[in-house]
Amino acid sequence: MLTRSFVQLILVQIRDFYREPAVLFWSFLFPILMAWGLGIAFSKKPETTKTIALVISERKSTSAFEMLCKSNHFEKRLDSISKTYTYNISYGNENLGITHFRLKPASWEQAKLMVKRGNAPLIIAINEGKLEYHFDKYSSEGQLAYLQLISLFNGKNTTIQQAEIKPMTEKGTRYIDFLIPGLIAMNVMMSTMWGISYTLIEARTKKLLRRMVATPMPKWEYILSHISARIVLCFAEAAIIFAFAYYYFDIKVEGSILALIVLFLSGILGFSGLAVLIASRTAKTQIGNGLINLIVMPMMLLSGIYFSYHNFPDAVIPFIQALPLTMLADGVKAIFNERAGFAEVWKYILILNGFGLITFVIGLKCYKWY
Amino acid sequence: MSVPILEVKEVYKYFKDVKAVDGISFSVNTGEFIALLGPNGAGKTTTVEMIEGIQKQASGAISISGMNWANHESSLHQIISLSLQETRFIDKLTVKETIQLFASFYRLPQGRVDEVIEIVALHEKYKSYVESLSGGQRQKLALAIALLNKAPLLLLDEPTTGLDPTARREIWNILMNLKKERNTSLILTTHYMEEAEYLCDRIIIMDKGKILAQGSLDELLSANNSKEIIEFSTKDNVSEQFYCDEGVYKLIWDENTFSGKLIVKSIVEQLPVFLQKIKDNDVKLSRLECRKLTLDDLFISMTGKHLGD
Repeated sequence: MLTRSFVQLILVQIRDFYREPAVLFWSFLFPILMAWGLGIAFSKKPETTKTIALVISERKSTSAFEMLCKSNHFEKRLDSISKTYTYNISYGNENLGITHFRLKPASWEQAKLMVKRGNAPLIIAINEGKLEYHFDKYSSEGQLAYLQLISLFNGKNTTIQQAEIKPMTEKGTRYIDFLIPGLIAMNVMMSTMWGISYTLIEARTKKLLRRMVATPMPKWEYILSHISARIVLCFAEAAIIFAFAYYYFDIKVEGSILALIVLFLSGILGFSGLAVLIASRTAKTQIGNGLINLIVMPMMLLSGIYFSYHNFPDAVIPFIQALPLTMLADGVKAIFNERAGFAEVWKYILILNGFGLITFVIGLKCYKWY
Repeated sequence: MSVPILEVKEVYKYFKDVKAVDGISFSVNTGEFIALLGPNGAGKTTTVEMIEGIQKQASGAISISGMNWANHESSLHQIISLSLQETRFIDKLTVKETIQLFASFYRLPQGRVDEVIEIVALHEKYKSYVESLSGGQRQKLALAIALLNKAPLLLLDEPTTGLDPTARREIWNILMNLKKERNTSLILTTHYMEEAEYLCDRIIIMDKGKILAQGSLDELLSANNSKEIIEFSTKDNVSEQFYCDEGVYKLIWDENTFSGKLIVKSIVEQLPVFLQKIKDNDVKLSRLECRKLTLDDLFISMTGKHLGD
């Protein structure tokens, strides 16, 4: 199995990889930057500030509103740049999270523009001393702002009990805990699809293959060397992302490490088979580019990497769950966050390996060598 | 009596409607060097690639040491070695790594890698990436790989195209040594007449998928040995019919430069007739040359094209 030509072919792939600095960036640094950026954006939510448009139609209403503000301890502040007054108040406490509201007086037209541009989730209009709340009923941000504001105007802010709110800060429940295992799974797909498929197609279009097939080189060795090299590289890439997440976000694997390794390997084999199939007859790199994107893009969006796929309609969820990336990502997440082991992920392991084997055999059967 | 290492019988190959190879037959004996000459599109590369097993013939038989590609693929890989018209290697591998890779396919030891690097004189470049090699160095690398397995039959598709005369001469010497030391057989396609003349025992002239003539240089020329050439240019335009006479086999006339080649039976007999005619009609000669027929002339008279066309 491990003949000298096979080892040489694997070395070719690995040398080709590390001698290209741009490839190193996209394989190692880019996933880390992405994990870091998304992790920061979603995990550390400091106190938030929301701007609310305030439309007061008559002078009479102004004084009524000022009265209301006074009784609720709103702070009236002059903005030194825009020379306009805003009314400021805070909602919540350290257990609930704190939201600062800044009510900004505006004309009706200006207020609508603020909502259109996403600068304000809600408009408060005062007509004849009465408060009206205008917001998009489908926007959860608008709904939340409404609920927070009415409890403020009803003077209920202080009634929130510290005791009844239990902030969840333990590992496995943060967004970053959801994100990192998904990114690791997605990296397997990206790495194999581009690393194997694209390289194989390129070797064919550049006529690198032509000279090699005129030697006694076993053809399966050539294909298998690409997959073997990719296994090594995928493990290296995952180790680097994980090491970063471990030290920076304090992410740990709570389930079976062995199951994780076997599942990860199954993921690589599953996508490798698909990659060989895609490359088997594609004669141009441009076509290959399109084909790979066609497969990779939908899975990137649907498979629950950045957000849960349970937000999609119930009817399509079984289809999403049948995607190889969904299986790999769900399995990896379960092992990371839900203490899962072989008992929970054996099905994914079996299906991914079977999928890889079938696509690999078909790909090899109809492979166009020259 | 030498044994043929290669026999090509009635081989046809079509690409859609084009007859790339149109029923050719020839054989190559052990230790024989053969040149396939022909203009671009003559079918040389297709012929060579069918022998190499890279393409399949539509009909006809190709037998190499009594074997064929359909049944003896793995044995034939050991008997044949080749360099393609344009071989691309992996840019980010060094010369040495590239040769090591191919050596591993033939299960050859490291010693052989060093030997072929020495033979093609690439030792100064053996640590350089393939992408940094010049055209000539790439050709040498392709040749080094072709030499690796000491195959008894070597097929080289334009191995010296684009090389300077010195580099070309170096490659010729390597090939002549192979012939001397190992009785290697060679099929060479080339655009260079002098390459065919210098290296090859036999020359096959191809055009439009057919073999027009084959034989040793002497045979090809002696079949035409009663022919000589008068080459000339004039200052005035005179109808080409003017030059045709009884003793003239053929006139090749270039109306743009007012120059022509008269293929004649005998210069001694025909030249005075030609000059008298020129004088009588007051045509001004700007150039005149008399010589024996060369392979180049033969090629042009057969195909109507120069080799490089």
